[in-house]
Parts: sequence; structure tokens; C-alpha cells
Amino acid sequence: MILTIASRELRSLFLSPMAWSILGVVQLLLAYLFLSQIDLFMTYAPQLAGRANAPGVTDIVITPLLGNTGVILLLIAPLITMRTLSEESRSRTLNLLMSSPLSMTEIVLGKYLGLLGFFLILLGMISLMPLSLMVGTELDTGKLASGLLGLGLLLAAFTAAGLFMSSLTDQPTVAAVSSFGLLLLLWIIDWAGNSGAGVSELFRYLSLVRHYESLLKGLFDSSDVIYYLLFIFTFLVLTVQRLDARRLPH
Amino acid sequence: MNREILIQAEHLHRYYGPICAVRDVSFELAKGDVLGFLGPNGAGKSTTMQMLTGTLAPSAGTIRVQGIDLLDHPKRAKRELGYLPEQPPLYRELTVDEYLTYCARLRRVAGREVRAAVERSRSRCGLNEVRRRLIANLSKGYQQRVGIAQAILHNPAVVILDEPTVGLDPIQIREIRGLIRELGESHGIILSTHILPEVQGTCNRVQIIHRGRLVFADSMQGLESHLQAQACIVAFRQPPAIEALQQFAGVEEVTELGDGRFRLRYTGDNPAEALTERAVNAGWGLLELIPERRTLEQIFVELTSRDAAEEAA
Repeated sequence: MILTIASRELRSLFLSPMAWSILGVVQLLLAYLFLSQIDLFMTYAPQLAGRANAPGVTDIVITPLLGNTGVILLLIAPLITMRTLSEESRSRTLNLLMSSPLSMTEIVLGKYLGLLGFFLILLGMISLMPLSLMVGTELDTGKLASGLLGLGLLLAAFTAAGLFMSSLTDQPTVAAVSSFGLLLLLWIIDWAGNSGAGVSELFRYLSLVRHYESLLKGLFDSSDVIYYLLFIFTFLVLTVQRLDARRLPH
Repeated sequence: MNREILIQAEHLHRYYGPICAVRDVSFELAKGDVLGFLGPNGAGKSTTMQMLTGTLAPSAGTIRVQGIDLLDHPKRAKRELGYLPEQPPLYRELTVDEYLTYCARLRRVAGREVRAAVERSRSRCGLNEVRRRLIANLSKGYQQRVGIAQAILHNPAVVILDEPTVGLDPIQIREIRGLIRELGESHGIILSTHILPEVQGTCNRVQIIHRGRLVFADSMQGLESHLQAQACIVAFRQPPAIEALQQFAGVEEVTELGDGRFRLRYTGDNPAEALTERAVNAGWGLLELIPERRTLEQIFVELTSRDAAEEAA
């Protein structure tokens, strides 16, 4: 049942030009970044060749590329997630789901998995670029894998937050703006952490970017993975609660 | 007759903040019933229907679908419900077939029966020639039919239709009414409308809701007797004096309408028989004797305006 909803969600995304244009634009931007990163590597490669413990192609090309991808997707993800629930409630199709023999959890998980499917496709296309380097050189596959895992978790977290924001309003644009605001706030929240002591530790922990950075460096720490899973779980539970609250007297 | 109770609603209340949209509504729906739900705009029809389908939770009261409590076991109860909301819940980017297939899966029609179910409800609603077209490109009438098709896909025990004939042309309306009557034989149907002839044409039970309360609930036969107004119009060639007419047993009030016509309001037995006899004997020259029938409209207006007058007093 969850998969039925998920597959329709994914199909509907591709039936509108939105998904295609986003895939295209993201690919174009990243290809440019990728090329300029490779250019940089080519310039410094001769100087690095002789030194011991020099950064390799993975560090110079792939890590910054994935880091930038995170920022770009922070901008893009709300555009994809904005319509999921707000559009359904606007066009009254939510009534169809709510009068069907489904639990709210099934509806939310279905929607979430559908969106996740889209981002997996996006992630697959993005990872083709670093993987293409394997034709000519050797990569640090461990670092690459950990970076891609980080990006995947980051996207899954964006999606969960975006889905929640989309359940709050009937207006897709409002959902997009507010989820973008929330994600950006969580992205930069550790800037405050740099200045003072005390609360800073909490802010640093809450920041989306810190956990991503350590995965990018190839440090696989289960606490980072748990952070993302908790993040996703929290927003999914909030979304279920929110949908349930629509039915209840208020 | 074996009356299988499909829906049992007891003491339903629903508040929107301080506003009470539905107040203490109770009723039952049996198999074979086509229940017409009447009411002016904002009377609480849609709210009641939404509560029956589980898209709104009641503030108080219970709903049982085939004995299963809708609030305790929503999944099991909802299997037996088909619902067409006021605005049909359509995904405009899908074709009719895709949409119905998706709905069938949502309604938990078993995998290998999906095709047959889609085909059946598609041809029942006359959608065969548009099956491959996008819903967005269909006319309002066809979209409405897709909405109805969606509600009867899984062969539910109860079908709830919120204003199903809105936006249809007269021929389509006749077809849909026919479909509703046909469905009524094997299902229980609740249908809301503010088109009164529709109720007279399709339903066998009527409920009128006004300001969140049920103000009238009866079978169609019961309604018929309400419609038999206690009045008739007579016309004579040689009209007698009004006093002569007032003497008949049961006659309460006689009004002269001119041209030898009178309206007689009476209580109890119809005085028509005595009146004819007397007219023949006295040579009044009886020309017309028409029992006056009230229309459903009049009852409706009476019930809904009486309340307002009471409140104003």
C-alpha cells in the first residue's frame, strides 16, 4: 500500500516538467563545478606528485564537489517536496487518501518514499561524475562511499523536513519558502556555536552541515548516521501528527 | 423484510472552534436504502458526510459501519465505504484508467481483481470512450463521473455521494440518477443535494438538516403523506355562499379566489365526497375539484424558516 502511493508520487513528479528541469539544471551546475575542480587538480598535480601524504584526486575533486552539491540541493529540495501534501489538500485529493482504508502513517511513508525515490535518481546521476574518474585514475573508494552516504542521508533529511512543511499549508510556495528557511537555519546554526561556549555545543550538534562534513572526510561515525535518522524520524512523526490533527476538532 | 443495518450514527456532534456545525445527529442506513440528505448551504450536510467517511473526526458520538466502529477500526470500516466528496478528488495529470487503477489499489482491491473492478465501474459510469484521456482534459460532467466511478470501484456496502449531479447536463443527470437507483438495490446510499426533485426521483428516505440539526427524517411514503396537504380547490358554475361551504364537517377555512373558485382547508377526513354530493343535489355546477399537493420545496422552506423564526423570537 505504501509502495502504491510512493510509485504514484514518483510518476506524478515525472509527469510534470518540474522534475526533469530540476534534474537537468542540477546536473549542469554540478558538471561545471566538477570540471573546474578537475582543472584545479590538473594545475597542481605536478607539484603534488613529489610530496609524501599529498591530497589525492578524491580530496581535491570529489570532496569539494559533494560539499557543494549539499548546498545546491538545499536550495533545490524544497522545490520538489513543496507540492507533496499541500497540493493534495488544495485539490482535495487528500480526501481520497483519508477515506481509503489507510493509516496516516502509511500515507506519510508512501509520500516520503516516493520523494526519496526521486532523490535516489538524482543521487545516482550525481555520483556518475566522480565514478567517471575511475576510467583514468584510482579513487579512494572508501571516502567516496562515505561521501555519497552522507549526501544520501542529507537528502533524506531535507526530504523529511520538506514533507513536514508541505503538510502545514495549502500553498506550495509557502511550503517551499518555509522549508528552505528551516533547512538554511539548520545549516548555519553552528556559526553561532563558533562564537561562544555553553549552548554552542548543542547548536553544533544540531547543525546539518557538521555531520555531513565528517562523513565527507571519510570519517564514518555512527553518531552522525544516528543524527540523520533521528532527524528524519522526528519530522515524519510530526507530519503524521499534523495529518491526524486535520481530522480532529479544534 | 430483512433490514441489514449498514450505518449507524449516534449523537454526532462536530464543532469548528466555538461554532457547532453538527448537533446531535443520529440515524441509520439499511441495505437497499437511498437516503437523501437535504439542507440549505452551510447546514452541515458535508460535515456529516465527512464524518461518516472518516475524513473528519466527530467531536462526540459514534459511527458504526456494518457494526464496525469507524473510530476504533478505521481501516476495516473504511473498506466498506465509497465516497465522492463535493469536489471530486481527481489527479488531473493521470488518465482515467491510471486514476481508477490507483484508486482500486488504495481501496485494497486484490491485485488480480483490479482490472475487472476498474472495467466494471468504468462502463457503469459510461467512461469507456474516455478511458485513455487525461482527467485534466475532461469536461466537468465527465470528471464528476470519474468521481462516482472511484466511489463504487471496490463494491462498498455504503456509497456516500456529496452532490453527485452538480455540473451535469440533463441527460447525464438522468443517467446518474438511474445509476444511483440501480446501486441502491444492492448497496446503501447516502446522497446529499439541494435539488429537491432529485430526492423525489431517486431516494426512498429523506432527511432534512438545518443549522446542524436533523429537522425531518422520514421514508418517502411518510413524506408523501406530508405532501398531501389538507386543502383542495373547488370551482362552481353557480357558486354558493361561503357560509354554505364552511358547514361541511372538518372544513376550517374557506377562501374565495374569484371566478367561483374557493380554497378549502380542512382537518381530518377529506370533505370531497360530501361536497360533491351536495353540489350535485343543490345544482351548484361543480367544475373542478383539485386536491392541493404541497411540494417538497414548501415543506423544506417551512421547516427551515420555522426554525429561523423561532430563533428570532
